[in-house]
Amino acid sequence: MTATTDRVADAAADVQGPRPAPRRRRGWFLQAYTWVIIAWLSLPILVMILFGFNDTNGRFNFVWQGWTLNWYRELFSINDLTTSLKNSITIAVIVTIISAVLGTMIGYAMGKYRFRGRGVLDLVLFANVAAPEIAMGTGLLSLFLTMGIPRGYWTVVIAHIMFDIVYVAITVRARMAAYDPSLEEAARDLGASPFTTFRLVTLPVLMPGVVAGALLAFALSIDDFIITQFNAGTMQTFPLWVYGSSRVGTPPQVNVMGTLVFAFGVLLVVANAIWLRRSLKKSTPVEAAA
Amino acid sequence: MRRRLAPYWLVLPGGLWLVVFFVVPMLAMLNVSLQTGSLETGFRQTLAWHNYTDMISSYHVQLVRSLVYGLATTVITILLAYPMAYWIAFKGGRHKSTYLFLILLPFFVTFVIRTISWQFLLADNGIVLGNLKDIGLLPTGFHVLATPYAVVGGLVYNFLPFMVLPIYVALERIDGSLLEAAADLFASRREVFTKVVLPLSLPGVFAGVILTFVPAAADYVNAQILGGTGQVMIGNIIETLYLTNSQYPQASALSSILLGALLLGIFLYARVLGTRDVLDASAG
Repeated sequence: MTATTDRVADAAADVQGPRPAPRRRRGWFLQAYTWVIIAWLSLPILVMILFGFNDTNGRFNFVWQGWTLNWYRELFSINDLTTSLKNSITIAVIVTIISAVLGTMIGYAMGKYRFRGRGVLDLVLFANVAAPEIAMGTGLLSLFLTMGIPRGYWTVVIAHIMFDIVYVAITVRARMAAYDPSLEEAARDLGASPFTTFRLVTLPVLMPGVVAGALLAFALSIDDFIITQFNAGTMQTFPLWVYGSSRVGTPPQVNVMGTLVFAFGVLLVVANAIWLRRSLKKSTPVEAAA
Repeated sequence: MRRRLAPYWLVLPGGLWLVVFFVVPMLAMLNVSLQTGSLETGFRQTLAWHNYTDMISSYHVQLVRSLVYGLATTVITILLAYPMAYWIAFKGGRHKSTYLFLILLPFFVTFVIRTISWQFLLADNGIVLGNLKDIGLLPTGFHVLATPYAVVGGLVYNFLPFMVLPIYVALERIDGSLLEAAADLFASRREVFTKVVLPLSLPGVFAGVILTFVPAAADYVNAQILGGTGQVMIGNIIETLYLTNSQYPQASALSSILLGALLLGIFLYARVLGTRDVLDASAG
């Protein structure tokens, strides 16, 4: 086959349905490659889950000894570890609520209005996403040191809100692209107050963005290590406790807690995806009517 | 009038939070970095610029190593991520979001636990190396931990999704009719890729570079857990100076140097390419 006919055949294959054999073989290779990488990415997760069931003695959880549910029963037997997980969860809840509200306000304003200072705000958001965590963590620590503020639970809450606001704002702003201002105007014309308009018209449109942003904020808070380490003082969160334990051997309870947090997170995201799909189906005729 | 003020009222609380706890801290860090003193005697502002030169002469090895590891991580993640993002964007069909979900799966496990899992997997007599040694495929002295390969491998593992996502977003945005047009004009498959797909996906690659290079070069968790004394990165030094030695001025100076080096790159990036792709990718 000459080069030209080969080209024509390829071109035809790109446009039309049935493809010649070599093309399919290449697709197969890339598909297999994608799955290999996904398997590689999942490997540590499988190890974590598996060794939560390992019938090992105490902290030395390195060799497979057989199945047990012991660590699920003894989940809360290490007090410091339990406290650290409790801290992580309560911090994440507080942080998610506050940053969801403040972040949504910023994202909504940036999506809807053109105002002086919008460019600067955009640059601050970008800098916050792009700046290394260690610089944000040490910067905040420098501020607290200068002001003589002791580090602990609430300084970590402050720090987490600082980076979570940005992720909520970005997610909500992205959602604003799908937002039609004439809907709000129509509601106002029909006599709705600004608050009613926001509650019944604007918020439902923004909601998927707000929920996605809040989920991201929760995940980033509960997982954060670097910024937390610099601003926690002697307070321990789950990642901090695990990091400290890595020098002396991580107890299997860590695997179990990691597994439960993982399962909870996956469940939440899947539930959100299903809810999103349903509400999308439901809202389509309404949007068409509007 | 009230309408004109609306955006300012909306932005005010969050914006104030960002100013006080994100912008001001950077200035506080610069301030601390020029002080002298110790925890016992207290710290005083003396405009000690020599903190900077002292830190560079003491730790330039670790600084350069961090930049090299960051660069290696970035290059490897691009090579690993691109084919994958390409396949998902163009051939993923109905299951695109499922593939993306699987790639993001590691994020549901704490960063520290993931890294400890690798320490466990790569241990000298662990389930991988131990078994290979038992059947004689590897010499008994062979080890992966405490080598640059382990640290860079850990960094690549932890930051790969940050490269896949922006490349995927850029590829996904490409209008299919452009590819058809190129094919109609007798572009070969290779030409369609090099002349149409690749240039249009470059913004995604650049966004991925920012999202992987910066956290990789500034990381210290991977070096701490997977590395040895020969893989100490600049983040490890900053951590020790701040949290163990309480040498705040020196630590701040070093942190400012790292931030300065990375900010220079970031701002050049924002100037030339804009902020949109990075922010889009972060919004998922």
